[in-house]
Amino acid sequence: MQNTIEDAVGASIERHRTRPGGLLPLLHEIQEHLGFVPPDRLGEIAQALNLSRAEVHGVVTFYHHFRTTPPPALRVQVCQAESCQSMGAEALTRHVAAKLGCEMHGRSADGRIGLEPVYCLGLCAQSPALSINDEPHARVTPQRFDRLLAAATRATGR
Amino acid sequence: MSAATTVYVPCDSAALAVGADALAHAIDAEARARGVPLRIVRNGSRGLFWLEPLVEVAGADGRHAFGPVDVADVGALFAAGFPDPHAAGLAAHPLARGRIDEHPYLKRQQRLTFARAGITDPRSLPDYVAHEGYQGLARAATMTPEEIVAEVTASGLRGRGGAAFPTGIKWQTAQRATAATKYVVCNADEGDSGSFADRLLMESDPFVLIEGMTIAGIATGATMGYIYVRSEYPHAVRALEAAIRAARDAGYLGRDVGGSGRDFDLDVRMGAGSYVCGEETALLESLEGKRGVVRAKPPLPALQGLFGKPTVINNVVTLATVPIVLARGAAFYRDFGVGRSRGTLTVQLAGNVRHGGLIETAFGITLRELIDDWGGGTASGRAARAAQVGGPLGAYLPPAQWDVPLDYEAYAAVGAVLGHGSIVVHDDRADMARLARYAMQFCADESCGKCTPCRIGAVRGVEVIDRIIAGRDRPRQIALLRDLCDTMLSGSLCAMGGMTPYPVMSALNHFPEDFNTEGKTDVPGHRASPHPHRAA
Repeated sequence: MQNTIEDAVGASIERHRTRPGGLLPLLHEIQEHLGFVPPDRLGEIAQALNLSRAEVHGVVTFYHHFRTTPPPALRVQVCQAESCQSMGAEALTRHVAAKLGCEMHGRSADGRIGLEPVYCLGLCAQSPALSINDEPHARVTPQRFDRLLAAATRATGR
Repeated sequence: MSAATTVYVPCDSAALAVGADALAHAIDAEARARGVPLRIVRNGSRGLFWLEPLVEVAGADGRHAFGPVDVADVGALFAAGFPDPHAAGLAAHPLARGRIDEHPYLKRQQRLTFARAGITDPRSLPDYVAHEGYQGLARAATMTPEEIVAEVTASGLRGRGGAAFPTGIKWQTAQRATAATKYVVCNADEGDSGSFADRLLMESDPFVLIEGMTIAGIATGATMGYIYVRSEYPHAVRALEAAIRAARDAGYLGRDVGGSGRDFDLDVRMGAGSYVCGEETALLESLEGKRGVVRAKPPLPALQGLFGKPTVINNVVTLATVPIVLARGAAFYRDFGVGRSRGTLTVQLAGNVRHGGLIETAFGITLRELIDDWGGGTASGRAARAAQVGGPLGAYLPPAQWDVPLDYEAYAAVGAVLGHGSIVVHDDRADMARLARYAMQFCADESCGKCTPCRIGAVRGVEVIDRIIAGRDRPRQIALLRDLCDTMLSGSLCAMGGMTPYPVMSALNHFPEDFNTEGKTDVPGHRASPHPHRAA
C-alpha cells in the first residue's frame, strides 16, 4: 500500500507541478487513484508546487470533495437540497440511514458503506436523487434504493 | 423491414439515473434475439424528464417517442411491433407518445440555445455540424472582433447565470483591455438546487458550448479557455472532454480555429464540492488552485481575472447562446422576449411537479402557466404552496405572485430574482420556517468566510430562526432577523451572503403562520428539527 501511495502521489505531482492552477487537478488525480489525499504527503505536494504546507492544507480542507482518510467501498450520497426535500428526501434519508445502520457522515457496521449528504446532483425534475459511488440515480423510492444497494454491493464483490 | 431502424436512447445523466444504459442493452439484446435490425444512437435528452428514459424511433414522418420505458417494458414493445413506429399495435401501446416534435411540452417552446438537445448524438461532431453547428463561428471568422462584440451587444443577451449583466458589455471591456494573455472562462459550477440546464447542455450538446467559447475567444483576443465544472457532474466532464478532443482533431480548436486565423484552445477543470465557487471571483481563485474565496470587485474580472489577466467569465447557457446569435444575427435573437429581457429564458421546472423538465421560452411567461399548464400541477397531487425561483438564494413565491411575468425587472420589482431560471415547487406540506432555516444553514456551511455578514450572519440567522420557531421572545427575534437580513443584504461581498435573505425574508413575509405566529412555546412538530448537517 505504501508503495502505491508513493508512486501515485509522485507521478501525479510530476504531471501537474507546472500546470497553471495545477493544485486542484493534482489533488483530484491523487484522490481518483488512492480514494483520498494522504495528509502526510501534503508537505511534498507543497514543496513541488512552491506553496506552503498551510496553503495546501487550506485547499484540501476548504473543498468538501477532498477526503483525507480512505473512503468506504461504497459511498452513498443522498441529496439534501430543496428540490429533493420537496419530494421526500428526508424520509428517503431516514430509510437509507436505517438500512445502513448509521447516521449521515457515518458508516455501516462493517465500515464498507458510507452515508454522506450531497447538495444537488442536477436531477431536480426527478427528485429525490442520490448517487452510489458517483453514479446518479433519480426518482428513488425506498424499494428502489434497496435494489440499487444490493446491485452495487454485488458489483463491489462483497 | 430491410434497413436497420435507428433507435435513440439518451445518454444524459437524467436518463442514466433512471436506467437508460440497462435499457439500451435490453433493446439491443431483444432486437438480436428477434433478428430485428436496428441501430442504437445514444442521443442527448430533450429535457422532458418525467418521460425519461424517452426512447425514440426514426420513422418516415419524424421521430416517434416512447416513455418512460423500463427494461421490463422492452419485450411487450417488441411484441407490439417495435421499432416500426407505424405498426398498429405499437401506436396503441400505453407508452407511445406519438411524434416527439408534436409533443405539446416541446412544441410550445422556442428552442434556440437548446435547439439540438435530444436530437443529436453529443459525441458526434458531424452530427453537430449537420444541425447548424459551427455556422456561428463561420460567420464570426469573417468579422472583426469589434463587429462580433457589437453583434452580441445588439442581441440584448444578458448573463444567464443569474446576474443578468449584458454580455456584450462584458466582452467589450475584456476586448479593450491591453494584455498579451487573456482568458475565457465558463462557469459550469451549477450548484443551485432546481437547476440542470448547464448539465443538460454540456451532456446533450457540448459542441455548442465549445463553439460559443471559441467565438468569445476570437472576439476578445483570448487564446485559452477553461470550463469549470462541478465535481457532482462527472458525466458532463466526460462529455466535454470527448467533444473537445473531437473539435481539436477537426481543427475547431488549436491553431487557426475554424479558418479564423486565430488560436484558441480549451481545458476542463473540475470543482470540488464548494457552492460558493459558482460566484465568479471565487471560481477564478479555485481555477488558480486556491481556496474558493471571493475577491473584492473592482478590479473587474474582465480587466484582472484569471491569473490577473483580462478574463471573460460567463455561464454555460450564455456562452452556448452566442453561436445562434452569430449564425442567425442579433435581430433574430432580440425579437424574442419582453422589455429589457431579450431572447429566451431557460426555465428548469423541478421539485414537486408532475411534468418537470427544461422549458426554453421567450421571457414574459408566468409561473402559473409554467407550473399549472406545463408542469401539470404538483407530483403529489396536493395543493402547491410555494415556488422557489432562482436557486437556494432565490425568493419563495406564494401562488398569489404567480402571475408576475418572468423577466428580470418584473421579478426585481417584487423582491424576487430569476437567477438561473430554476423553479422548485413545494406542496402544502412544506414547512416554510424550516426552509428558511435551511437557507441560513446552507449559507453558514458554504460561506467562503471572507466577509463577516455572511460568515457570522448566517450562523446567527440559524440561531434566531430556531428561537422564533421555539417561540422564545418571538417579536424581538423577528425584528432581529429582519435586521440581520438587512445587514447581510447590504454588507456582504457577494451573492452568497447578499441573497440568502431572499428565501428567508420571503418565507417570513408570505408564510408568517409557519413561524409560530401564535407565539406558542415548543409546539410539537414546530420545533427546530435537527437537519442533516454537513461537515466543514
